[in-house]
Amino acid sequence: MSIIHDFEYCKPTTLDEVTDLLSQHGEKAKILAGGTDLVVQMKENIKMPDTVIDIKGIKNLHEILFEDNTLFIGACVTFRELIESEIIKKYFPLIKEMSQTVASMGIRNRATIVGNICSAVPSADSAPVLLVYDADIIAKSASGERIIPITEWFTGPKETALRADELVTGIEIRLTDTKHAGRYEKLGRYSGEDLAQAGVCILVFEDLHYNVAFCAVGPVPKRVFSVEKLLHGKVISDVLIEEAKHLLQEEISPITDIRATNEYRAHMMGVMFERGLKKAVSRLHGGVNA
Amino acid sequence: MPEIHFILNHEKRVINVEFHETLLEVLREKLGVKSPKCGCDRGDCGACNVLLNGQSVRSCLILAVEVDGQEIVTVEGISKHGLTKVQEAMIDNNAFQCGFCAPGIIISATELLNNNQHPTIEEIKEALSGNLCRCTGYLPILDAVFKVSKE
Ligand code: FES
Ligand code: FES
Repeated sequence: MSIIHDFEYCKPTTLDEVTDLLSQHGEKAKILAGGTDLVVQMKENIKMPDTVIDIKGIKNLHEILFEDNTLFIGACVTFRELIESEIIKKYFPLIKEMSQTVASMGIRNRATIVGNICSAVPSADSAPVLLVYDADIIAKSASGERIIPITEWFTGPKETALRADELVTGIEIRLTDTKHAGRYEKLGRYSGEDLAQAGVCILVFEDLHYNVAFCAVGPVPKRVFSVEKLLHGKVISDVLIEEAKHLLQEEISPITDIRATNEYRAHMMGVMFERGLKKAVSRLHGGVNA
Repeated sequence: MPEIHFILNHEKRVINVEFHETLLEVLREKLGVKSPKCGCDRGDCGACNVLLNGQSVRSCLILAVEVDGQEIVTVEGISKHGLTKVQEAMIDNNAFQCGFCAPGIIISATELLNNNQHPTIEEIKEALSGNLCRCTGYLPILDAVFKVSKE
């Protein structure tokens, strides 16, 4: 299938050029980084931009930085680069663990984590991990920059808090001082498949608080604050896990589609939550920082 | 029509492309490089894989204009000076039937072996997990790569 409509393509080298183009064209302009979603959507006429703005020419959007205990991942950073980054491995191993589950090599070499959250499909692998880390999304427009907390980012299936005149320049995560460990559990039919049928991410802190988030079992990926509250301050026990699993079921609303039934997804969420929580706790006590 | 300059299979190429043309379309239809195949045309099957600056990518998901200034290698380039070890192993092992998936799989396997000369069978499965084959059930393909890994 070819792309059957014409568009202008530009590859600016500065952010100001990008924001200028966005304020001129608004909805009609689309940002291109890895292209693994956008090109498919253009082929299927789901998106028909009149201008495609390739941001790969902007140098600092390719950076992974760690300064003042804060991680910055630029909008052009691919999953491959995250997997290979020493910074990620050392300080945010959960991001590496998640990235390794995204689709397959040929996609990870191109697809970006920022693109993944901008596409905002309910099954976005990056979402639960960024949610438990309390990431901030940096959005830029001609009128300035704003920070959008990840908890306010996903507004609906394939919908985000980003305005048409904005682009995401990167993601920021502050490393906490508290010792912690985590785990991302993903349910897929086989490795190499791009979509999670269900995903849950758990971050356990030494001071007994827990961050829990899911994807693919509701219209948007989200944090499960009720479960976090239940677990808060407590040492994990089998009774507590059962209680938490029960509560979790009330927070999710899985659908039946070609990949799995809602009953299966709901059941597996419980199983995966338990597995993930136990793994995260054992990692914490194994002394590995996440 | 914009003009792009890139290196294709170790040779400099200059060609005019439309913005909406994919790399796969330009390789096959304009440059006569037929090893990358169009299977799904939406990034799922890996039949169109090529190496972009040494990394395997889906040429059906890349606009041709994006490769301006970059380097592309296809199976034609890989075997310019004779078949590679992994290609030989595929033949010895009768790894393919119809062969439609073969170029994409050779690309993925080549990338893997370039980065890791002795991958485990698990690493081979992971590296090839984005390549679909409708004929073989994969085992002879995985075995062939493993054979090269053990050399
Ligand atoms: S044709 Fe490109 S991945 Fe299938
Ligand atoms: S040999 Fe026919 S698709 Fe693989």
